[in-house]
Amino acid sequence: MKTIKLMFLVFAIAVFVSSCKNETKDASTTSTVTTTENKPAERTGQAFIEDDESKPTVLNIAMGSKDHTTLVAAVQAAQLENALVNAGPLMVFAPTNNAFAALPDGTVEDLLKPENKDALANILKYHVTPGNYSKDFLKKFKKLGQANNQYVKVEVIDGEPIIGGAKILASIKAGNGIVHVVDKVLLPPTE
Amino acid sequence: MKNLLKSTLAILGALVAFTSCNNSANSGGKSGALASNIAEKVYVAPGEHDEFYAFISGGYSGNLTVYGLPSGRMFKEIPVFSQFPTSGYGYSEETKPMLNTSHGFIPWGDSHHPDISQTNGEIDGRFIFINENNTPRIAKIDLTTFETTEIIEVPNSAGNHSSSFVTENTEYVVAGTRFSVPVPQRDMPISEYKGNFQGALSFISVEPEHGHMDIKFQLLMPGFNYDLSHPGRGKSHGWFFFTTYNTEEANTLLEVNASQNDKDFIAAINWKKIEEYVNNGGGTMMPAEYAHNVYDEVTHTATSTMKKEVRVVNPSDVPGAVYFLPTPKSPHGCDVDPSGEYIVGNGKLSANLTVHSFTKMLDAIENKKFDGEAYGIPILKFEDVLAGSVEQPGLGPLHTEFDGEGNAYTTFFISSEVVKWKLGTWEVIDRKPTYYSVGHLTIPGGNSRKPQGKYMFAMNKITKDRYLPTGPELEHSAQLYDISGDKMELLLDFPTHGEPHYAAAMRADIIKERSKKIYSLAENNHDYAAKSDADTKVVRKGNEVHIYMTTIRSHFSPDNIEGIKVGDKVYFHVTNLEQDFDVPHGFAVLGQNTSELLIMPGQTKSSVWEPTKVGVWPFYCTDFCSALHQEMQGYIRVSPANSNVPLKWSMGENIE
Repeated sequence: MKTIKLMFLVFAIAVFVSSCKNETKDASTTSTVTTTENKPAERTGQAFIEDDESKPTVLNIAMGSKDHTTLVAAVQAAQLENALVNAGPLMVFAPTNNAFAALPDGTVEDLLKPENKDALANILKYHVTPGNYSKDFLKKFKKLGQANNQYVKVEVIDGEPIIGGAKILASIKAGNGIVHVVDKVLLPPTE
Repeated sequence: MKNLLKSTLAILGALVAFTSCNNSANSGGKSGALASNIAEKVYVAPGEHDEFYAFISGGYSGNLTVYGLPSGRMFKEIPVFSQFPTSGYGYSEETKPMLNTSHGFIPWGDSHHPDISQTNGEIDGRFIFINENNTPRIAKIDLTTFETTEIIEVPNSAGNHSSSFVTENTEYVVAGTRFSVPVPQRDMPISEYKGNFQGALSFISVEPEHGHMDIKFQLLMPGFNYDLSHPGRGKSHGWFFFTTYNTEEANTLLEVNASQNDKDFIAAINWKKIEEYVNNGGGTMMPAEYAHNVYDEVTHTATSTMKKEVRVVNPSDVPGAVYFLPTPKSPHGCDVDPSGEYIVGNGKLSANLTVHSFTKMLDAIENKKFDGEAYGIPILKFEDVLAGSVEQPGLGPLHTEFDGEGNAYTTFFISSEVVKWKLGTWEVIDRKPTYYSVGHLTIPGGNSRKPQGKYMFAMNKITKDRYLPTGPELEHSAQLYDISGDKMELLLDFPTHGEPHYAAAMRADIIKERSKKIYSLAENNHDYAAKSDADTKVVRKGNEVHIYMTTIRSHFSPDNIEGIKVGDKVYFHVTNLEQDFDVPHGFAVLGQNTSELLIMPGQTKSSVWEPTKVGVWPFYCTDFCSALHQEMQGYIRVSPANSNVPLKWSMGENIE
């Protein structure tokens, strides 16, 4: 029995060696193609394009801010990165770490749990308006339609726009919109 | 038993593989794509980039198209000599001056031979130059922005065909006339052509930093047709070679009358010698009229200046600078090999390819091996400059390119093929058919000391049955060949746009790294730029109305404008406030007698609208810019000429 196995091996080798010129010549091309096939899997969207010329996106701005580490962690937990680098336009109300810390104890930890991903995404989307308006221009609005399909109220108090009870501390223009830093986490109305 | 069965199966399988291998060898000869992995050689996976850029002239489209190799995918059409509604080039106020000439505004051109700038004889990928054949002009395209940034008209020229080839440090871009004409132009009988018409060969200097062009001198040659040209390189750097036909100086039925002489010439020009002569005050300034159009990337605006004189040089005033090399039968292509030693002249009507030797040419000059003269220009003896000839390689030779490994590739129009032959031994190594009637061919890095090889593509004049039919008019076909082996291998057939004449190609890496993503809004120095909403306004000057407008996802500011009257000339100056890669905005208003505008991030572009009808007319963004693109619109109110509606503009009033 063993001899038969051996015969098969010899045969296989013979076939390999005697294969026609074209095929041996192409062997190298085949191998290079296999390596390229594996590449695209590493890239997962616009968030990963190298670009040091354009103005930073709303995501870049949040990620570069030491006051927004909680927000960034939340965005990553909800896997919303690619949405925040999209053509938009996007107006993001970005609560500071202090704003998150002011929530009742355990709220943030709870939201970051994998099983609460949808609830977290809903809250985060309530902080995003499809639009791009300066702080001053926001005073013209009575409400803003948010990305989670709910509205947030806009009031003007002491000449300042107040968004869902939050004050705008700073505004940073982004490549795909604007980031307004706010002092409170906006909580979507529950009905 | 099981094992025995298994092995029998294996043996059977192996036998099948063996026979199928023979089959694949057979079908390989018939270009069976799967059998020899041809498809994989041109496959660029989704999201991956091509290895080479190819810049293919559009011929009668007047433009230049950008392709990737080996995929044959088209990435862009760069407008050069023709108005282009896709981007508003030649329609916007800023780009109209680019198409200005001494004959007025010309909306179209015939683009022919792109050539990439060089440093030390190697392609450097900074600029690409291209000639306009009909109303002689040379354009420069900046390869950081892929925009046409300069066009210079060439006076005393007609049918600007032996152009626009660059010397090895881009000292000059050279433009030779195909049709000889009276110089200066004047009213005279056509029949008095002979001895009176002249052919101008123009040496346009290129300023190293920005590539600005200026005609350094024009050499006024005898009234032949100057068909194609190439610079010397390496040892022959400092010389330029032009094929000529119609040395008979016929002015009618050239297909017969210009084919009388057994040999025409390749004109060898020692431009360094003439440059020295000119630098010492040689030549004469002659009155002329030609436009020089420059696009400024900071003001985003082109200006057109009319130049009034040009320096001309008579060849007989610079002894030792110009010679004629006899070359059989109306040579077309004039190609110089990477070493600079061989000058190939392809006689359209000759059965053989003629190759001259630069070394032998210098020797013949030194030893005065002349065979008479033409208009005071010495004619060198054919046998004394000939390096060799390729015997009977095909029918209708046109153009030759080189692979840098001692091989040349020549196209044959009549026999529809590319023939590979060896420099020095002149033996034919391989021939492959093209589909059909090939004109030029391109190897990446061609016209340089270091061709980059790997691929060659042939650009054909006749398409017929290659693709799904599209009525009588078909796009031209191109074929891509792998030239890395001894034999050429046809890989791909792809359609091109317009009529490609020549193409320039190079490795993608250098250009890719430098490609610009956005224009800096801070550096925008346009006269009518509005860099924020606070800068927007509407200004009336008599019946001229200037609207300083901004765009950002997803609104115009202002987007409500009133107080315009019938008879006004309304300028929309639109600044795109975006600073984000690949987010242009468009602009169009109903009834506008021009194209839309496409405004790149950080740019300002202007469109003129002369409303003829009373009403409230919408304008909108023509580029799907964002999720709220459909909301990106506005209204402009046009009142009767005698109305008193005040000028008023706003954005975002009365938000509900």
